[in-house]
Amino acid sequence: TEMTVREALNSAIEEEMKRDDKVFLMGEEVAQYDGAYKVSKGLWAKFGGDRVIDTPITEMGFAGLAVGAAMGGLRPICEFMTWNFSMQAIDQVVNSAGKTLYMSGGDVSAPVVFRGPNGPAAAVAAQHSQCYAAWYSSIPGLKVVSPYDCEDARGLLKASIRDDNPVCFLENELLYGSSFSVDDAAMSPDFLVDIGKAKIMREGTDITIVTFSKMVGFAVEAADILAQKGISVEVINLRSIRPYDRDAIIKSVIKTNRLVTLEEGFPQCGIGAEICAFACETVFDYFDCPPERITGADVPMPYAQGLEEKCIPQVNDIVRVISRMCIGK
Amino acid sequence: MSTTAVIEFTPFKGYKLDDIPDNKIEVTKDECMKYFREMSLYRRFEIMADTLYKQRLIRGFCHLYDGQEAIITGMDAAVEHSDSLITSYRCHAHQISRGDTPANVYAELLGRQTGCSKGKGGSMHMYRSKSNFFGGNGIVGAQVPLGAGLGFSHKYKEDGGIAISMYGDGAANQGQVFEAANMAALWKLPVAFVCENNQYGMGTSVERHAFNSDFYTRGHYIPGIWIDGMDVLAVKKGFEYIKKYCNEGEGRPIFVECQTYRYHGHSMSDPGISYRTREEVQSVRKGRDCIENMRNLIIDQEWAEPDELKAIEKEIRKEIDAAVKEAKAATELSGDKLTEDIYKGEYPPFIRMIDEKTSIQY
Repeated sequence: TEMTVREALNSAIEEEMKRDDKVFLMGEEVAQYDGAYKVSKGLWAKFGGDRVIDTPITEMGFAGLAVGAAMGGLRPICEFMTWNFSMQAIDQVVNSAGKTLYMSGGDVSAPVVFRGPNGPAAAVAAQHSQCYAAWYSSIPGLKVVSPYDCEDARGLLKASIRDDNPVCFLENELLYGSSFSVDDAAMSPDFLVDIGKAKIMREGTDITIVTFSKMVGFAVEAADILAQKGISVEVINLRSIRPYDRDAIIKSVIKTNRLVTLEEGFPQCGIGAEICAFACETVFDYFDCPPERITGADVPMPYAQGLEEKCIPQVNDIVRVISRMCIGK
Repeated sequence: MSTTAVIEFTPFKGYKLDDIPDNKIEVTKDECMKYFREMSLYRRFEIMADTLYKQRLIRGFCHLYDGQEAIITGMDAAVEHSDSLITSYRCHAHQISRGDTPANVYAELLGRQTGCSKGKGGSMHMYRSKSNFFGGNGIVGAQVPLGAGLGFSHKYKEDGGIAISMYGDGAANQGQVFEAANMAALWKLPVAFVCENNQYGMGTSVERHAFNSDFYTRGHYIPGIWIDGMDVLAVKKGFEYIKKYCNEGEGRPIFVECQTYRYHGHSMSDPGISYRTREEVQSVRKGRDCIENMRNLIIDQEWAEPDELKAIEKEIRKEIDAAVKEAKAATELSGDKLTEDIYKGEYPPFIRMIDEKTSIQY
């Protein structure tokens, strides 16, 4: 089946709402407006206003309300129109959702899914264009996942909704309209992707790219170009940022002896910084060259198109860095 | 001698309410004896916590509830444990009122594995989900929207419960209180937003931190009720009304102010005398103390001799001493359980410890 990421997310929510009547969707414009980005299109008509709920534009309040509802036995899906606005609610995500199970010695859990578009969007400038993967993934007690294609979107979202822990589900606005083919297995209402497991998108022998979300597509494109130059690239789609798949990375680096990480987020304390540090601590002896990071630039996102492009990794940046890392391989 | 009496208390004040109950309540001897005992237990619990803190057996933040006991006692007499309760970090008495033992709460304060949170939460983080108590929350005001969410879950499940979302007068100014109130009113949630007004947000008095310190009117479009929170009978009658009010029709929220006073400072690091006078504290102790007033009521009704009440207090001292002893005898949770309860269900395969080599692989 061919479908867009938007449709994949929509179908996952619909199936889980049908499966479990404790699952409900809340957020700004999710109901009558059909979702600011149309991810929840048609759900209000299908499930009604008791289960698809428009909230006021008050993130701290409604994120807290969602967490409280989860503590009370429900399974809220709480949409942030974009993750940028979750900054208003970060205390509820981190301190209320993420830490209560531990602070209560295992007594009170908060199985809530926070979801929405994350990462740089197009032409919306600094406040609406950044990646929060590193922020939320630093918190023990939260799980953080980030899908790339439709299979990821369906399997990870359904797994997140069924998970007994709070999950931050980081989508990408620029992928919503992208089409992917989905096989029959992934169309099953019981199709789940294990949180914590990466997917090898493409096998290779010369260098490993570890990446997630939209950059998975760029990595695969770069790998195609590099293959013509005789460089064999292995692309790892993390899918899950916390916990991340240590084994998949270790195994790949032992095979390729080179590692580059790729993300749109800021460099300092980013996902790439974490992966590189982890790889150095565990498989340093296998490296033929220093592991490197390709990241968003350390600059607040500018508006103008030419400037914006300079801040986000492009396919030719990936080709350039990998070509350099693989000289004399 | 009659074992029931009709008692008058300071009248309620209503805001946008047209059916405020009157200020009379019929009570029995047994009820009053129970309230006296319960409030005395909470008082003694906190006095001993103060001692343990000064002995450096309790660490970190510790906020004591002495002075405010009538609120949790009166509320517990009026609502069910199927009604959800959530509060701030001043939560020891709340935990006991929802069925936990003083020994378990002390064990938590002492960081022992028999503590209600296995020693992982401490003074500010106590919970008892089986009787719908959801903490014990450390961030000022953050529990208020959580409480609205608990009310949402009662309504969604149509189980007839209400949620009681408690906060102090300091938290009453938090923006998220108003965000939660707006949704509770819009969605007709059965939630009581209960301000325990103990007159000080840390060391800043209500006149200095709140433009409008009539906290029962702060819901604006949500009706409110003021209760003398130093009087357990007023609180009980108030919450009987509140429980019914919130359940009316599709459900509806209410703002509640319980006027009260804390004898201790904000926390153990606050002697509580730089921003208020010793005379002020003494005058409340002498005139408005919830336990002394109940003692006088019982004696006036000739329901018990002063000595009998003294005997009850002696018994409570023993009970508390035994609880402390039991808690002290327990051990700290063993290190291998440190990483339990971070996630529910299947464990992440790897938990990083201080360095890569000492980390835990599952």
